Amino acid sequence: MAATEEIRLSSDALLKANKPKRPANMGQFLRWGLLFLGGIVMIMPIVYMISTSLKWPHEVYNLKLIPDEPHLENYTFVLEDGRFYWWFVNSIIIALITTLCNVIFDSLVGYTLCKFRFPGRYIVFIAILSTLMIPTEMLVIPWYLMSQQFGWLDTYWGIMFPGLMTAFGTFLMKQFFETVPDDFIEAARIDGLNELQIWWTVAMPLVKPALAALAIFVFLGNWTAFIWPLIVTNSVEMYTLPVGLSSFGDEADVAWELIMTGAAISTIPTLIVFLIFQRFIIRGVVMAGLKG
Amino acid sequence: MANLAIRDLVKTYDKVEVLHGINLEVQDGEFVVFVGPSGCGKSTTLRLIAGLEEVTSGDIEIGGRVVNNLEPKHRNIAMVFQNYAIYPHMTVRKNIGFGLRSSSAPKAEKDARIDQVADLLGMTDLLSRKPDQLSGGQRQRVAIGRAMVRDPAVFLFDEPLSNLDAQLRTQMRLEIKKLHQRVGSTIIFVTHDQVEAMTMADRIVIMKDGYIQQVGTPAEVYHNPANTFVAQFIGAPAMNMIEGEVKENGSIQLSSGGQIDADLPAKPGQRITLGVRPEDLTADTSAPFLEGSVAVREPLGHETLIYVKTNAGEFIAKADGRHPPDVGATVRLGALQENLHIFDAETGGALV
Repeated sequence: MAATEEIRLSSDALLKANKPKRPANMGQFLRWGLLFLGGIVMIMPIVYMISTSLKWPHEVYNLKLIPDEPHLENYTFVLEDGRFYWWFVNSIIIALITTLCNVIFDSLVGYTLCKFRFPGRYIVFIAILSTLMIPTEMLVIPWYLMSQQFGWLDTYWGIMFPGLMTAFGTFLMKQFFETVPDDFIEAARIDGLNELQIWWTVAMPLVKPALAALAIFVFLGNWTAFIWPLIVTNSVEMYTLPVGLSSFGDEADVAWELIMTGAAISTIPTLIVFLIFQRFIIRGVVMAGLKG
Repeated sequence: MANLAIRDLVKTYDKVEVLHGINLEVQDGEFVVFVGPSGCGKSTTLRLIAGLEEVTSGDIEIGGRVVNNLEPKHRNIAMVFQNYAIYPHMTVRKNIGFGLRSSSAPKAEKDARIDQVADLLGMTDLLSRKPDQLSGGQRQRVAIGRAMVRDPAVFLFDEPLSNLDAQLRTQMRLEIKKLHQRVGSTIIFVTHDQVEAMTMADRIVIMKDGYIQQVGTPAEVYHNPANTFVAQFIGAPAMNMIEGEVKENGSIQLSSGGQIDADLPAKPGQRITLGVRPEDLTADTSAPFLEGSVAVREPLGHETLIYVKTNAGEFIAKADGRHPPDVGATVRLGALQENLHIFDAETGGALV
């Protein structure tokens, strides 16, 4: 028994000795180095945001990462300020409704353009795509005039209406619906479902990864939107978080420590959204890889 | 269950006519297989019956009712697709029960129906699984179950076995055949595989270029092919063909130099094509009409196929399984007169 063990051990040692050692690879070192640098560049603003939120006002322009006297007074101040709750709630309502509308409308239009054959289908698709080439700055004035005419200024509807449906979302969903085999749709048609039921029951569950990606993009886009909410809102109660946070301070000075505190708190919902939906995105990537 | 009738059915896509006025009657409970090469119009015909394509002209009747303008869901049909089309996000139970969604029957009744179908297909243990946990054959059974659960008038199968490996295909072929015998439904089955067509069908519809070439039982299309296309499409290896001419005395002068005595309904001087199946062409004959050398042998165990090179081209013949002629050996081949198929050389239509 002992002899057998010895032989096995010596053969293991031999295998290890014969195993060629991988030489230090310069390319790999460079790759890891670049990735590390990239990681630092990405993480530093977040670290500084949290660091600044723990500083007193006189320390803000001191670039030290660890404050001399770290404290949570800024968090107490921001959370006790009633306005912050309003902005937070406004942002949540706007981001959620806009995300929901995009998920429904973009996928409805994308599905229609992908799975139905009707005259002018291609022209409609190109027309929707071509709106991607118009910069938001050009649209702000027409949007404002429309809002004014309809009486939407300083309302949720006014903030939300330009983003309830997006050309990008439509394009994304159309491309994903292309991957849903027509057989599924036709089988459901034969099984007696109407077109809306087919879209909801059969097609939508099959494009969950795309829906998750779209939901993340739209939620983040609306959560961080600044220019349009700033223009369309007048009263402090209607501000969204980014607009509200920018109003911290006065004409003489900007209260960076409070802005950073508000920003740190406002990243929490985005993290939650990402954590909820990321598994769908990862699964989507895996599915795309496995497809034969 | 119901009978099905197709009358003068025409289908065009962007001015290109792909079906040229086909006619067919399918009896209640009949198993009809559409077979033909790619692009022959068999799947288009099936999709027209299902209502997934619009009819350009002509009529489709199911159970005596013209269904041209009815939605697929109102035609009382069920279809099994080539790629199964079972929903990956639903369990087997939900997939099978999907066809009952629009039914107003109570839930208990629907569940009982699903259980009954699952039992019939031997899938009771798999009801809680999702499609990605099933094998290819099991997925195919789920697709069949989903079609069966509604008890439709007509079942449509669109090349349902073509994604399965050879062994599983044979097994599923038998299962579908048994299922038909058990439930007795009208089935229209599309395939490009003539073996599937021969083994499963009550009647075979052979199509080419949007025309029906022949409708008949497997034995009829095999033994009495209507034209050279059917003759060569049905049967593997394909039927041997050789050109010839009818002589004054009624015999046939073959291009190989051989001669066959026959009593043909043809005029002297008429060009004909003689067809003979490899299994009917043998060296064991008293009246040979072909001579050549063996180029290749294919031993099949009980018999050997020999590829014989002649001055009129290469022919496949049957030889003894134990003592086939050697490669390079000269053989003289012939067939019984009852096994000869004679076609008009111009039209390809059968003369005998």
